[in-house]
Amino acid sequence: MKDKLFKKGLNRRHFLAGSAIAAGLTQLPAPLLASPKKGGTFRVSVNQGGTSDTLNPAEANGSQQIMVGWALRNNLTEIGPDNKLRAELATDWQSDDAATWIFQLRQGVTFHNGKTLGAEDVIASLNLHRGEDSTSGAKSLLAAVTEISAEGNSAVRITLSAPNADFPFILSDYHFQIMPVGADGTVDTSGVGTGGYTLKEWNPGIKTVLSRNPDYWKENAAYFDEVEVLLISDSAAATTALVTGEIDAIQSAEYRTLSQLERSNHVSIESISGGFHPTFAMQTGMAPYNNRDVRLALKYGIDREAMVKRVLRGHGIVANDHPVAPTMPYFDPDLEQRTYDPDKARYHLSKAGLESLDVSLSVSDSLFAGAVDAVTLYREQALSGGIGIEVVREPNDGYWSDVWLKKPFFTSSWGARPVPDMIFSTAYAAKADWNETQFNNEQFEQLMVAARSELDESKRARMYADMQLILRDEGGAVIPFFRNFVYARRKNIERSPEVASNWSLDGYKAIERWWQA
Amino acid sequence: MTSALQKLHNIPATALFGMFVIACYIFVALFAPVIAPYGESEIVAYEFEPWSRDFWLGTDSLGRDMATRMIYGARNTIGIAFVTTLLTFLLGCVAAFLSATLQGWVDQIISRAVDVIISIPTLIFALLLLTIFGTSVYSLIIVIAIIYSTFVFRIARAVAVGIVVMDYVEAAQIRGEGLWWIMSREILPNAAPPLVAEFGLRFCFVFLTISGLSFLGLGIQPPAADWGSMVRENASLITFGDLTPLIPASAIGLLTIAVNFIVDWMLHKASGLKE
Amino acid sequence: MYPLLFLVLQRLFLGALTLFVVSLVIFASIELLPGDVAEQILGQSATPETLAAFRTELGLDLPPHTRYLNWLNNLLAGDLGTSLISQTPITDLLSERLYNTFFLAGFAALISVPLALFLGILTALHRGSSLDKAVNVVSLAAISVPEFFVAYILVFIFSVELAWFPSIANLSSDASLLERLHRTFLPALTLTLIVTAHMMRMTRASIINLLALPYIEMARLKGATPTRTIVRHALPNAVAPIVTVVAINMAYLIVGVVIVEVVFVYPGLGQLLVDSVSKRDFTVVQAACLIFSATYILFNMISDLISVMSNPRLRHRK
Repeated sequence: MKDKLFKKGLNRRHFLAGSAIAAGLTQLPAPLLASPKKGGTFRVSVNQGGTSDTLNPAEANGSQQIMVGWALRNNLTEIGPDNKLRAELATDWQSDDAATWIFQLRQGVTFHNGKTLGAEDVIASLNLHRGEDSTSGAKSLLAAVTEISAEGNSAVRITLSAPNADFPFILSDYHFQIMPVGADGTVDTSGVGTGGYTLKEWNPGIKTVLSRNPDYWKENAAYFDEVEVLLISDSAAATTALVTGEIDAIQSAEYRTLSQLERSNHVSIESISGGFHPTFAMQTGMAPYNNRDVRLALKYGIDREAMVKRVLRGHGIVANDHPVAPTMPYFDPDLEQRTYDPDKARYHLSKAGLESLDVSLSVSDSLFAGAVDAVTLYREQALSGGIGIEVVREPNDGYWSDVWLKKPFFTSSWGARPVPDMIFSTAYAAKADWNETQFNNEQFEQLMVAARSELDESKRARMYADMQLILRDEGGAVIPFFRNFVYARRKNIERSPEVASNWSLDGYKAIERWWQA
Repeated sequence: MTSALQKLHNIPATALFGMFVIACYIFVALFAPVIAPYGESEIVAYEFEPWSRDFWLGTDSLGRDMATRMIYGARNTIGIAFVTTLLTFLLGCVAAFLSATLQGWVDQIISRAVDVIISIPTLIFALLLLTIFGTSVYSLIIVIAIIYSTFVFRIARAVAVGIVVMDYVEAAQIRGEGLWWIMSREILPNAAPPLVAEFGLRFCFVFLTISGLSFLGLGIQPPAADWGSMVRENASLITFGDLTPLIPASAIGLLTIAVNFIVDWMLHKASGLKE
Repeated sequence: MYPLLFLVLQRLFLGALTLFVVSLVIFASIELLPGDVAEQILGQSATPETLAAFRTELGLDLPPHTRYLNWLNNLLAGDLGTSLISQTPITDLLSERLYNTFFLAGFAALISVPLALFLGILTALHRGSSLDKAVNVVSLAAISVPEFFVAYILVFIFSVELAWFPSIANLSSDASLLERLHRTFLPALTLTLIVTAHMMRMTRASIINLLALPYIEMARLKGATPTRTIVRHALPNAVAPIVTVVAINMAYLIVGVVIVEVVFVYPGLGQLLVDSVSKRDFTVVQAACLIFSATYILFNMISDLISVMSNPRLRHRK
């Protein structure tokens, strides 16, 4: 579940500076196929979360919390169905140096409790994730923020310690939902927001019932009268309930049942390409992984095409040992794809002075559907390259605290990020807490900092291409593929022709974007 | 030779069937590498190939031969289940008979310790222990054996307490027989029938526990094949009417039935009933 | 009957002691598990500072024995505490789920216990007959299949193909009894299939075990019918092992149904417990485990009392 943290995936970058990205929802093109109509009940099942889940967005880390949170509340910015960044509670934003940002707030928006949205609400909601005592999971994302202040009542100024051209993307993260501030200055995390739905019954782990907010400020959104969010952790149970019509949509469809599901006349399957990827992470500070040739041998020993075909049943694309997906901005299409080559693997082993190599690779079922299968397959493929991989299936429970970052060679999984910098600075920067490969490359560090403040697009693209090359050839992560989001809905539920690919279920916003036919 | 044949003739058909099945299973388990057409984890074709001459039972989700997996599964599953069950009964019976014979404080301490373990939900306790001690085959065997031995203890003690108050045990105690002698010569034979019946069931429960644990992401390490996990991996297909998971499930079922047929026969013999 | 009363009191005292030890074992296990509640909540997003902030907030920075004693003190004062994660009082968190768990267990027990006893006696009576064999094979087949698989098969037959019962048993708290019974029928049936065989086989074995004893022979020689022999003479003496196995299975219906709950999305206590273990939510795990343990201890005590009462030799032992 925790792996789902911070998965964002805005696809294309809608660039900053000085421009008003005033993509208010009112200007969206009307859906092409069918005109949405209001009414009906939407029953959707999610598979991450539990009874102890709270409505506090600082503690959110699973689909139950994210979906319910976004039904109740809005952010300043959001990723639209076209995968571009667009305005939500902020109408537009500007910065001259990418270090000081001013966000104009939408006027006349009221919270469910009647309070009008103001700068103080935005400041208090963001400050929930800052400061020494903050226990927010998104604390590190706002680490560079030095000050948040009001510019009148209708704008907010955010100052960063260093330029970051991608900052508006960060604010679309699900942690940064805007809540009303109370008279005593505390933020109301009980579920009151500006969103399209109000909370009727909050029974986490079982069922959450939401009813439509009649005063919702967004037009063309929140069509269902009532929504039920059910937590169904067993994927077979969820699939059956979808087939028998007890629920209308499921967050994730199991690969092995897809062909049967396709045969059902009542169900449509979605397979949406995005940036979600696993890594086989080697700790480059440790022998034998501190040897570049050993790393290359392991990278040549994997058959990525076969992985996509078998483990994902084709619902994904091959990766190239760096985390920038083709759907992301600054992806370098000219970088040569590394292919399966057991001879090269042997060549690099002998260059490292080794006859053969025996390693253990840790994995757990909960990482992603097919995780153990992927490692098992890797084991078979690597054999012909002279590499013996022992598959170590670790308990799901405790994987993130006991195995991840602790074992020398382990499997990990990462959600899509809207821009390369967010994944680089989180997982590959030398000083990052989650630098799972202990990667420390001087040239890479310099490029990463420089790219953040580089405002010339082509120069910036060149920098990101260089970083992709460095990761592919020097990095400690074997990245086999980018996985599609595969989910399904009953055919009586309609969606617009475009769906967001940052998360499953239309970027986890199906509740306000979909409608009943 | 004739007398052996004669004996065989006296065994009821069900028990003979049970023996035949078990003999087949043991043969398959012992000679798995010889019988199996492919290697245990070898990828031989595309995934989900249908049944054919090359792949008797088709291929699994990674393109491994199902028949081969089943054959190697016999080896892993039966081996682990057998060792675990033996260990379970060794622990459970010794503790139970000690309790029943010595009574007093020994009984109280063992019984209360068992109460503690048994009253913690099995799956949760297994989850806790396996997460703490790791999920190697050995810790799997030991953890399941310890947890299951408490159930055996309960039954064995209940039976043994009834036996200890019998005249012949009192007589043996008065005769001055040692503890071990009383436990093995007086209590065990008389407590055997319900224990044998329990053995037959426990043996099968071990597979089920392993496949239940795979629900929580624990269980046997891949790429080793075991039937419990094979059922789990393919279980969701059954809701679409696909029969693949029935193959490992019926392998377990057949073994359970075979073992219990023999158990029934032994039970019948032990009871001294003549019909 | 005073000795019996004494026995009850003694067992109650021991039960309380057992619960105390259980709480120690659970506490120690959770301490030994990798990671704590702060790390589990924050997961991948944990940084040293957020972890420290969290631990201070939840009092996790105190030494283990202090935390345990605090918890014990509150418990003795009748306060189960609040969930470490959601901060809701545990009684609120548990009460509805507890009711659901007992409801399902009761439903399954109502079907399975009479069925198991009936089949057990019937097959003991007609041992060796084709009826005996058929019941045996069917019941063995039923228990040799993992419970989630039994559940999936029932779902396939009764929800997907026949559409008689819903495939998920998620209940709202205001559901009527009839709706409850309808929605929980498949999970109850699954549990019935799992526990019946065990109880039935034990009943059968215990009765057959007694049939060769002299006093049964005597009854038979006196001309009692086989049914009368079994019901009047054998059954009372087979009560101890039968009650033991019934008690174990009753307890199982309450504490062991995690997987059935997961498959049918039934809001019971088991799922909450697994959830809380993985989140290291110590107070919830403790409360749920103590409830389970108390249930088990109670069933166990009742079965022991019945055993004692049914055996004159035990009843009058000094």
